[in-house]
Amino acid sequence: MPDAAGLGDVAAADMGVTPGLGAGGGPGAARPGRETFRLFVRNKAAVVGVLMLAGVVFMTVAGPSLYDQDPKDIVARPLIGPGELTEARLGTDYLGRDVLAGVINGGGTSLTVAAMAAAMVLVIGIGIGAVAGYYGGWADSALMRFTEFFQVLPALLFAMVVVALFEPSMWTIAFAIGVVAWPGIARITRAEFLRLKNLEFVRAARAVGATDWRIIRKVVFPNALPPLIVSATLIMGTAILFEAGLAFLGLGDPNTTSWGLMIGLNRGNFLTAWWSVTFPGLAIFFTVLSFSLIGDGLQDAYNPKLRGR
Amino acid sequence: MLRSITARIAQALGLILAVMCLNFLLIHLTPGDPATVIVGESGAGDPELLEEIRAQYGLDRPFVVQLVTYVGRVATGDLGDSYFFNQSVTSLISARLWPTVLLVGTALTFAVAAGTMVGVATARRPESPLSHGATVLALVGFSMPVFWTGIMLVILFASTWKLLPVQGWHDVSYGEGVLANVLDVGEHLVLPALTLGLIYLAQYSRLSRASMLEVLESDYVRTARAKGLGERRVVYKHALRNAVIPVVTVIGLQFGALLSGALLVETVFNWPGLGRLAFDSILRRDTSVLLGVLMVSSVMVIVANLLTDLLYTIIDPRIRLRERSNA
Repeated sequence: MPDAAGLGDVAAADMGVTPGLGAGGGPGAARPGRETFRLFVRNKAAVVGVLMLAGVVFMTVAGPSLYDQDPKDIVARPLIGPGELTEARLGTDYLGRDVLAGVINGGGTSLTVAAMAAAMVLVIGIGIGAVAGYYGGWADSALMRFTEFFQVLPALLFAMVVVALFEPSMWTIAFAIGVVAWPGIARITRAEFLRLKNLEFVRAARAVGATDWRIIRKVVFPNALPPLIVSATLIMGTAILFEAGLAFLGLGDPNTTSWGLMIGLNRGNFLTAWWSVTFPGLAIFFTVLSFSLIGDGLQDAYNPKLRGR
Repeated sequence: MLRSITARIAQALGLILAVMCLNFLLIHLTPGDPATVIVGESGAGDPELLEEIRAQYGLDRPFVVQLVTYVGRVATGDLGDSYFFNQSVTSLISARLWPTVLLVGTALTFAVAAGTMVGVATARRPESPLSHGATVLALVGFSMPVFWTGIMLVILFASTWKLLPVQGWHDVSYGEGVLANVLDVGEHLVLPALTLGLIYLAQYSRLSRASMLEVLESDYVRTARAKGLGERRVVYKHALRNAVIPVVTVIGLQFGALLSGALLVETVFNWPGLGRLAFDSILRRDTSVLLGVLMVSSVMVIVANLLTDLLYTIIDPRIRLRERSNA
């Protein structure tokens, strides 16, 4: 990731996203979307990521009806290894629950919480970044101080405190993740708005009398999208890791099955029953990996010059 | 230079003040009686203690007075008392601070040193198998939940191969003397530090590879080669200095995330640091300790950011502190 915007620009370093992605994609560039798509599908790693994600989503959505086994039911003796039982192909956990059913049903919570958190991150981050970058001046300084403050909070610890002080529910957890994860997006949005706001087509829009709100929404924002799409993908991965971490610590919603919670509950037995922690962990790993691969592929497609870096 | 350092320190103090205010807000936004929140659920059954807390924190006085009282107490190092331990939070935390600093410091040193080495080696041969391997490693490292990596390493190193200890930071019986002590802690440190370091090793290798590739194409490197300097000297003396700047930036930015990772790793390995303390405090409903850990960890991140900024001026004298803080 070359530091295209100069050393002072730390926004990009936040998530390994390069500012000024798709810089040539302003109005007038010939069908930038189609070219980006072509580059994306030619990227093997990115396609693998899409397939992997499709697999995870399919397992989460259709899995529970295809494999009709309640993950909370006790199906056999505890700690039976994988392959030894037909009713629990991936073995049983410390209470005798089916690990495979847990893996299939655990994704719903993780993906939902991550999607809610990512949505919140995007709304806060883009809102603050856009205002700071577009208006500059004191609004920029004030908002950036505010952003800085959230960057020094150790995210997981803050989320732990929020969840511990309030009731642990899917909403609290998504809120806790959202509150701590937005500064990266805000910085990227701000950098893009700073870069774009004085370009000719934006000045032209201003000259014909477009309002600030209209310029932000219709002129600048669409051109700032490429790096934001890349970061949104990576944020999904981060949010899933976050949710898993909280659930592992026992701070998840206790009434739902989730991958992180399965690892946390079986922590005492992992030396005798590796399968009870390995499979849920692999599920988290592949889900996050799929988002990373897609994010990387998008980054390369939007900015082909950077491929392989 | 001196003025910009002073300004940067003032900014750090402002951030610390903001964290104190946040802690105060958290106490008051939580549903229920603030006095109960401060002593934690375990202490809430004691009406005398609640009265005492209300008087100490001025909880019957106006909101602003409460804020000033709270900030004043925290600023003088008084983070309250743990009802559970019947001990001051400050003393509890200071006992747990060093294990965390040791873990985070070791992991970070390992990740930066090894990551930069891998990054430089792969940038010199961008199409080599090692280079592609490093790219894959970076993706894999980022995608593994750190607590799970820890558990997998324990299964490998401690259960299958029986090489390393996996719990706590001391054996029940370790030898006499300083050296035996250091060796014992060192042996227990390997796996937790490796777990935490691996994610960042992956990221730093990728980052330093990208910036090294960029630097190696620059004019001054071509000049250095043209005047006949050896390749080793060009890479390690001329190019490296500029190539590590993005790594330094990211260390500062990610310190909070690193600390968050350390909390999870400590829980897996029973490492007696701040993370383990925070986790146990949640189970014990010992809120004052939990908020104290949040306070101290945030201060650690702020100090780390300050140090990174100072490090910049050493690595690259062109970077003025002021310019960066405005960026």
